[in-house]
Amino acid sequence: MTEHGAVQLKKLDDYRWLIPREGGMRTDGMVYADERMMGDIKKDQSLQQVKNVAFLPGIVGPSLAMPDIHWGYGFPIGGVAAFDEKEGIVSPGGVGYDINCGVRLMRSGLERNDIQGKIKGIVDALLVNIPSGVGSHRKDLKLDKHQQRKVLQKGAQWAVDQGYGRWEDLEHIEEKGRIPNADPDLVSPKAVERGRAQLGTLGSGNHFVEVGYVAEVYEEEIGRALGLAKDQVTIIVHTGSRGLGHQVCDDSIRVMLQAAQHYGIELPDKQLCCAPLGSKEGKEYLAAMACAANFAFANRQIITHWVRETFEQILHMGPSTLKLDLIYDVCHNIAKLETHEVAGKEQRLCVHRKGATRAFPPHHPDIPPDYREIGQPVLIPGDMGRCSYVLVGTERAYEETFGSTCHGAGRVMSRHQAKKSARGRNVTQELEAKGIYVRGASMGTIAEEIPEAYKDVSDVVDVVQGAGIGKKVAQLKPMGVIKG
Amino acid sequence: MGYELVDHTADLGIRVWADDIKGLFEEAARAFFDIITDLSKVEAHLQREVVVQGSSREVLMVAWLNELLYLHEVEGLLFCDFSVAEIDEGAVTGVAGGEVFDEGRHSIKTGVKAVTYHQLEIKEQEGRWQAQVIFDI
Repeated sequence: MTEHGAVQLKKLDDYRWLIPREGGMRTDGMVYADERMMGDIKKDQSLQQVKNVAFLPGIVGPSLAMPDIHWGYGFPIGGVAAFDEKEGIVSPGGVGYDINCGVRLMRSGLERNDIQGKIKGIVDALLVNIPSGVGSHRKDLKLDKHQQRKVLQKGAQWAVDQGYGRWEDLEHIEEKGRIPNADPDLVSPKAVERGRAQLGTLGSGNHFVEVGYVAEVYEEEIGRALGLAKDQVTIIVHTGSRGLGHQVCDDSIRVMLQAAQHYGIELPDKQLCCAPLGSKEGKEYLAAMACAANFAFANRQIITHWVRETFEQILHMGPSTLKLDLIYDVCHNIAKLETHEVAGKEQRLCVHRKGATRAFPPHHPDIPPDYREIGQPVLIPGDMGRCSYVLVGTERAYEETFGSTCHGAGRVMSRHQAKKSARGRNVTQELEAKGIYVRGASMGTIAEEIPEAYKDVSDVVDVVQGAGIGKKVAQLKPMGVIKG
Repeated sequence: MGYELVDHTADLGIRVWADDIKGLFEEAARAFFDIITDLSKVEAHLQREVVVQGSSREVLMVAWLNELLYLHEVEGLLFCDFSVAEIDEGAVTGVAGGEVFDEGRHSIKTGVKAVTYHQLEIKEQEGRWQAQVIFDI
């Protein structure tokens, strides 16, 4: 057993590390990582955060961390924790500020060579058609109060109703693009105001739209079921609930700080504040969170529509030639009520995934019929210089991690370090030399997002594959990226 | 009065110090907008009164900065000048001076999603006030 600060670690196998229960912990911690990665993970306080989550009432199974774990606020990013519906709690910090930040992947009827010479035109047009900077939004998307409420209630379904995309898109979105029991009356006027002009915008930070191609297919049959083949052009959209979600989280944390005190819940870190799932505060958070999640689904759906329009505009091709179909859309930051088997019995749980992806196995009823044999698609974006992965969920993930797996690369360098490291370099030119054309609203963002600021996503994916909590299907490589 | 950046793997924070608590809130706001934009290009052409409530100094600090973030996002304002008139256990009253974001003159260095309660700390030591605040980027 090795010790890091106050955190004890016991290596179980090549990919699993146990943090044994001690003191106020109600359960063990479990971290998925290999030896080399654990070296990086130990550098910040994320292991202590895995431990802190284990203190919370009603936790079922271990406090889990995926290999892309890094230091978050309260809960670690890459953390998964399930709580019993009756005895457990819900915590806004276990979801994060960017509620339903997520990723969607589209395939196309195009091959890499078809767009090689046109990638700059496509990326420049995407930057025009999809707003991302401060205060920028499309003039043709204006919502009245009634419409705003509908967005929060109906999510991507509202977007399709308005002509953004197609009905068949909805089948390929987690929860069909609409989390039930969303109550707009529980979203503060401030949150609504912050969201008003931000629907259909990408936002800053690590959000992006990436045009790429399938570099490798590892599982031919599953690849076929997803409609993916080598050299085919793909598009990834990564964004979330923008200011609306951030405000819902902030509003809820204020409520939960009082609630935790009121219900006598001891917190090792303020940011873990929470309330019992059955309490008024707990229920109200889930209903407001659902609104923010639906806003994010609508946001990705609208952006998808503009991506399709951009391709039509630049390549002068129609939808039937472009075949820009949605493969799947997953949430990265969410808490959901799900039924899982625990010690041989079905149990209703609130599963918090913060920087983690749902990864349900084949034959799960929540998977769309056309993917039922292969398992739920899982989309793992990497940094803008390397690659991304398509995985599917596994039975083992269902048994061990409440059907969850990793969500991305995970940072190793702080933004400040990344900027320092990028000083004096022309990052866009470096990437262009590698055949990747990157444009962003702010060049500062591009410097913060340099590839070496992240873990190599291939290492992260190898760990989940090795541990059996995800199955690698295909690797995607970027050709052009717009950053928020 | 002054501040320094606190490095955090995914996010970014500030450590701020001042002679009194009003100055601490003013300096935190200045540091916050120094992260967001190049402050030397922002002028105080207009003013907004800011009043926030909270149950402790820590909650007030987060509420104060989040209110400024709200005005930044919703009205596209950049602030450079802050004056806190009153702080008690339940509320902060102050004025923020700045101008509307102008794409030609201003740039956004870092987009901030939220002001967090993570490792939030406000303390007084030998007559000097110090605060640490972490932002979600």
